[in-house]
Amino acid sequence: MSHTDFAIETQGMTRAFGGVNAVADLDLAIPKGTIYGFLGPNGCGKSTSIRMLTGLLSPTSGEIRVLGETLPGAEEKLRRRIGYMTQKFSLYDNLSVRENLEFVAQIYGLNRRASKQRIAELVTLYDLVGREKQMAGSMSGGQKQRLALAAATLHHPELLFLDEPTSAVDPENRREFWERLFDLCAQGTTILVSTHYMDEAERCHGLAILERGIKRADGSPQQLMAAMGARVVEISGDDLRNLKQSLISESAVLSAAQIGSRLRVLVRSDIEDPLAWLKPRIASRTMEEVRASLEDVFVTCTGERLAGVSKGATDHVA
Amino acid sequence: MWRRIFAIVVKELRQLSRDRMTFGMIVMIPLVQLMLFGYAINTDARHLPAGLVNLSDSAYSRSLVQAVEATQVVDFKQRYLSAAEAEAAITRGEVKAVLYLPADLDERLVRHPSFAGQQYLAQPYLSQPVGQWLVDGSDTVVASTIRSLRQMPLDEIAGRAQKTVMPSFEVVQYFNPEQRSVVNIVPGLLGVILTMTMVMFTSAAIVREREQGNMEFLITTPVRPLELMLGKIVPYVIVGFVQVTIILSAGHLLFDVPIRGGLDSIALAAMLFICASLTLGLVISTIAKTQLQSMQMTVFILLPSILLSGFMFPYEAMPIAAQWIAEALPATHFMRMSRAIVLRDAQVMDLQFDALWMIGFTCVGLFIASMRFSKRLD
Repeated sequence: MSHTDFAIETQGMTRAFGGVNAVADLDLAIPKGTIYGFLGPNGCGKSTSIRMLTGLLSPTSGEIRVLGETLPGAEEKLRRRIGYMTQKFSLYDNLSVRENLEFVAQIYGLNRRASKQRIAELVTLYDLVGREKQMAGSMSGGQKQRLALAAATLHHPELLFLDEPTSAVDPENRREFWERLFDLCAQGTTILVSTHYMDEAERCHGLAILERGIKRADGSPQQLMAAMGARVVEISGDDLRNLKQSLISESAVLSAAQIGSRLRVLVRSDIEDPLAWLKPRIASRTMEEVRASLEDVFVTCTGERLAGVSKGATDHVA
Repeated sequence: MWRRIFAIVVKELRQLSRDRMTFGMIVMIPLVQLMLFGYAINTDARHLPAGLVNLSDSAYSRSLVQAVEATQVVDFKQRYLSAAEAEAAITRGEVKAVLYLPADLDERLVRHPSFAGQQYLAQPYLSQPVGQWLVDGSDTVVASTIRSLRQMPLDEIAGRAQKTVMPSFEVVQYFNPEQRSVVNIVPGLLGVILTMTMVMFTSAAIVREREQGNMEFLITTPVRPLELMLGKIVPYVIVGFVQVTIILSAGHLLFDVPIRGGLDSIALAAMLFICASLTLGLVISTIAKTQLQSMQMTVFILLPSILLSGFMFPYEAMPIAAQWIAEALPATHFMRMSRAIVLRDAQVMDLQFDALWMIGFTCVGLFIASMRFSKRLD
């Protein structure tokens, strides 16, 4: 790929806060027209990375090129070409939907007619018809999120940053939201989205797994799952709690987590036949090898499960 | 550029109009404070609570007490039997002053030149004061008011018509012949109230957006710092003028404060001061991290603006160092201008130093605020 095919390129992007690296040595190459995900728990450096890429934070070291422009230095030039939806709702609670969008349109320099037309478009597209006069503060999480996306895309940005866009939204709205992202992507917008939901990460064209500021793996979800250094076996039977305790003490077992009535075990791939290896260890319980999920990738990369967010990923596999 | 400034102005006005509390404060602060200070602040102390120790209890002593009460400076609330008891009462704060009339009051009176007339003037060593005032001197206003009784004429007690005394100087009191405090207070209050509301509103302006998370979005848009600053200021200029109108018309209607100067001069001076105060608020806003901090800084500015600006105490009476500090405050310059224009019909051109200083303050403040406000988070 030539230089210009990448929306974002970084080499060794690092940011330290008080001597501690929030992001360390991050290399990225995000092709244009794709949805790229940052996956990781809270505090892993997702927001800090996005802030550096939008020019809000200066990197401590490293090189950043966004849409062919070098950062820091070209922030103002890039403002019109990028859109940013912050983690926290950042429009005005005491302005109505229309007033918020009018404000953003004027800030981006749209004239009255263009702004009116674009707002009408967005209100229809993001399902806010009939709510134009409602105060933003009184809307539900999903409505606020759609309004925020409308505001972030009002000026047709080439590159859109979304920082945990679905954290305050129910699952159904999340699915809808992703449909809209694919629509934007189909129109040529490059999207960088951070998330701690496995099911969202699995929808991305490419993704980076971040842990404590360090990139543990990157690639497409399929590549990541194929290249995972472990195989997945699910065991069902009685007394899984005790079995789990005995299995995780084995060095060949990367992780064992109970999922309903089954125990999901990640066995290092240097064990040639994991089923044969496990057989003497599980007594009379039954087992089968299953396809790896993104969460399994995450676990092998980081050595831990994302607390409380595993459901999406396992649904997918089962 | 103008479109973006306009967008911010409209946004601020819309937000302001929905914030009922703030909207109410814009009107209520000047009205309430004007009423409060207009009626309450009075530098002529009258009817101070006083005590009396009368060891003589003669007819003369009683008419002397009556004569003192007739001055309205003090009201005798308590009687005490001894000086020690009276001192204890002053310490307790029961009374501000005590008149002590000794047992030999009548003899002292007779030998006193202003009672006895001319004959004792030849032997001044024979005469002594007829009584003594014990005063709680910690409040200088109270003390000096009581001191004014020191030379009280005693002719009336002696049953004579009061002598007419030819004054050494004649004093003509321009602009406030009746010496009403409120005349000086209302134009000064203009400065105090504007300082308070203008600095307070804008000092919270940027901080609030940062605290509520709006700033992170705003700084990724093409808006420029100067545009943001100007957009934040303009709505409050309007607010400032509303307050000026309220204070001056209420002062004129309720307290009969003359408005001698031209409205154009008043408006121009107010405009300069409003802009200076607003930029001061903006600078605070770029320094403070939370709204609470911005509040604290506002109060830090507000107190010297009240106490050093000449609003309460004459600027000329302050030591040089304090005058320098006062010069740095926009309120001092405005206090001078507003009193000059409202009370003395001065023109802005007569006050060019103050006017220029405020213009300079605004430009420098706007520059500092724009420089300090970076579109970054680090």
